[in-house]
Amino acid sequence: MSRRRYDAVVVGGGHNALVAAAYLARAGRRTLLLEKRPLVGGASVTEELHPGFKFSVFSYVVSLLRPEIIRELELPRHGLQILPLESTLTPLEDGGYLASWPDPDESREALRRHSPHDADAMPLFGRLMQQMAMAVKPILGMVPPDPTSLSPRDLGGLLRLGGHFRSLGAARFHALHKLMTMSSADYLDEWFELDALKATKSASGIIGTFLGPRSPGSAYVLLHHYMGEIDGAFRAWGFQRGGTGAISDAIAGAARAAGAEIRTGAAVAGVTTRNGRATGVALESGEEIEAAVVVSGLDPRQTFTRLVDPRQLPAELVEGVRRYRFRGSSGKVNLALSGLPEFTCLPGAGPHLRGAISISPSLEYLERAYDDAKYGEFSRHPYMDVILPSMIDPGMAPPGRHVMSIFVQYAPYELNGGWTDAKREAFGDAVVGTLARYAPNLPSLILHRQVVTPHDIERVLGLSEGNIFQGELALQQLFFLRPVPKWARYRTPIAGYWQCGAGTHPGGGIMGASGRLAALQILGAGR
Amino acid sequence: MLKTTPFHPRTSRLVRAQTWRRWAGYQMASAYDPHPDREYAAIRNAAALFDASPLHKYLVTGRDAARLLDRMITRDVARLKPGQVYYTPWCDGAGKVVDDGTLSRLDERTYRLTSADSSVRWLRMNAVGMEVAIEDLSESLAAVALQGPRSRAVLQPLTPLDLSQLKYFRVAATTLRDIPVTISRTGYTGDLGYEIWVEAARALPLWDALIEAGAGHGITPAGVWALDIARIEAGLIMLDVDYFSTHHALIERRKSTPFEINLGWAVSADKGPFNGRRALAAERERGAGWGFVGLEIDWSSFERLFAAHGLPPQVPAVAWRASAPVYRGGAQAGYATSGCWSPLLKKLLALAHLRRPHFQPGTEVEIEVTVEHERRRAAAVVRALPFFDPERKKA
Repeated sequence: MSRRRYDAVVVGGGHNALVAAAYLARAGRRTLLLEKRPLVGGASVTEELHPGFKFSVFSYVVSLLRPEIIRELELPRHGLQILPLESTLTPLEDGGYLASWPDPDESREALRRHSPHDADAMPLFGRLMQQMAMAVKPILGMVPPDPTSLSPRDLGGLLRLGGHFRSLGAARFHALHKLMTMSSADYLDEWFELDALKATKSASGIIGTFLGPRSPGSAYVLLHHYMGEIDGAFRAWGFQRGGTGAISDAIAGAARAAGAEIRTGAAVAGVTTRNGRATGVALESGEEIEAAVVVSGLDPRQTFTRLVDPRQLPAELVEGVRRYRFRGSSGKVNLALSGLPEFTCLPGAGPHLRGAISISPSLEYLERAYDDAKYGEFSRHPYMDVILPSMIDPGMAPPGRHVMSIFVQYAPYELNGGWTDAKREAFGDAVVGTLARYAPNLPSLILHRQVVTPHDIERVLGLSEGNIFQGELALQQLFFLRPVPKWARYRTPIAGYWQCGAGTHPGGGIMGASGRLAALQILGAGR
Repeated sequence: MLKTTPFHPRTSRLVRAQTWRRWAGYQMASAYDPHPDREYAAIRNAAALFDASPLHKYLVTGRDAARLLDRMITRDVARLKPGQVYYTPWCDGAGKVVDDGTLSRLDERTYRLTSADSSVRWLRMNAVGMEVAIEDLSESLAAVALQGPRSRAVLQPLTPLDLSQLKYFRVAATTLRDIPVTISRTGYTGDLGYEIWVEAARALPLWDALIEAGAGHGITPAGVWALDIARIEAGLIMLDVDYFSTHHALIERRKSTPFEINLGWAVSADKGPFNGRRALAAERERGAGWGFVGLEIDWSSFERLFAAHGLPPQVPAVAWRASAPVYRGGAQAGYATSGCWSPLLKKLLALAHLRRPHFQPGTEVEIEVTVEHERRRAAAVVRALPFFDPERKKA
């Protein structure tokens, strides 16, 4: 077998790794990307699990994909097409509902029926969150400076950051500080009186994180999910035509057009090194590939303790990675349906079925769902974020039939007694059973059911402990601390070995930012 | 009172925010939802249904039908085969555009012309001495456009006509659930799509059949706002927005030749006498003084103008129809006449008239934008039209 030499090999085919490969190839680097699965995308994949029914098996909406990546990689030309996902419906336990609609007046009126106070507060809250997101936005596009370093590069970054925060003014800076430290429930208590509204809003603060809405730090995650809104003008929020796999395919298309090679079914066993320098990768097949640069798009545990021998690394780094928290807490249930679910609170096939349906009737409901998980059980009545992709994109299911995507929290990775096939199905039953309280015809419509537990996410995708963000979005592991202090600039202690992915700054969601920043760092570092 | 179209009993129930506008004397939905996002998405992802009834429509028959039309339009009617459709402008004697529309040859001696403006007088003026009958179908014939990647899948089960054989810019008479119709592979979106022409009295059953058949395909009634974005992406001009009819222009400089509005391709170089032939031949020789092109506004430049005020960039939810000066090297090089944020291409687009030599694709220009009440200039690049041209349009 001929040993081929590349300028860069990217390990893993998640969307960040694909972005990194595309940028490296665009810069003229001879680039190869290796993915162990038969398809690229990592957690953004579309699979036809039941004939004619396409599922965004894991990640299911897009909100944070960086506009500069869409632009620079010309993703629309390669198939990016984001369709509007306009409303949020929260069915209530008393048979009523809360709803937010694309039209602000309709939204306000829907809320006013429950609470005139909250209807007035909502636009002000929205404005503050937009201001907060604007305050944090520059950080998304920034390689994290190390605040303890005196190097000119770090100092320059810190100065810019300091200047930026000073420019916010006292009121916004204080609001930002609160957002960084409070629980989402406490933060929302300052604004709203309506329990179901606070619950629905706080839900985005717990996604992918082993926190309850009353856990400090969850307010920041709320902001992370608001971040897509500032690019509202850019309209990068919604449902990708063809499912999230089509986003990965678009990025892969851009990478290939730039000259990158992409190989699927190619599992990497490890990074080869010589004298503290990466020399390439060894595949599980035994094949070895030489490369001047190796980029891992896998999570920090894989990057630092599986792909390389941790004994080559500083002990502090290995210890930092060991302490880095994954704690997968969410699962997915994907359904093929013979027809549309009928929600008791809002019967018929109305516009609410084209948006998100949030099972978050009260803060107590969410906190109790968290309680189950704290003690090692999946939530008997979980928080769910439900969408019907086929209502937005008819290509997802045969005419008249539908697919339903149910994001579920909590499903702890460390389940009492461990995850088994029986536990997985019991979890699926709890999800469908809970949803059936609001849409009683749902069980009778199910043609096919796929239940995805954190254990499955780890097994299929390799995401440690099934964490969808390659590690929790908790303050102690964000920005210059992600994944570990001193190693947040995409470098590793092994020369020529780099990291990207949601486990690096700025974290999870289909954002692509870490892939781009890592590639730019590599290109800036020269050969 | 403005007139209402034969589909009004259906469409009027759907216009949730009473967002109506006028089109050729008719009341027409701007959008059915308060905002056009979903209606636009249907054009590019599913199937959108537009009421196109306000178009002026004329049936031209008789021994001299072809002669009349050949004298009037700039394309060669002798080459228009039965079952074929032309998109074409027509001009006055000086080669200035009167209007643009489609000409369908329904059979050997039967033609149907559509136009944006009423054309009875112009047709009659051109028919002097000819044996020809001109019937104004504008009110008696209704039209819907079904546009989008799933339009064929919606339509095919309803008609015995094999739609895979109906090529781009072809037309056929058939039935749709036993309703006599003509179906043309035409539209104003630059996407796969059809226009269905039906006797006004049968309009409602046709609408109902389409809505029912489209249910599993995401069929979405759509209004002018959504259409306007799609037609800009497709680089399709609009009368009274992107150019003025020679019949409306108060002053000479408001008139345009086909070459000046990117329709030079539709001017026959070798057919017999027609309105404006001499002037257009001379212009072909000389080269037009103006070009009509696309502008792609540089997002980073646009974003910086807003960032200077601490604002995120703001784009309009609907297309704009206003004149914006375009500059090159500090001097005005022309003007844009309409533009939009393309939700599909994720770009700010505009259609612009630029003086020679500034209309070459790739030319870097600046367009005036108003940011926080201040006039600013954003960088832009000249692009050949259309901006968006999917394979499925002609496939």
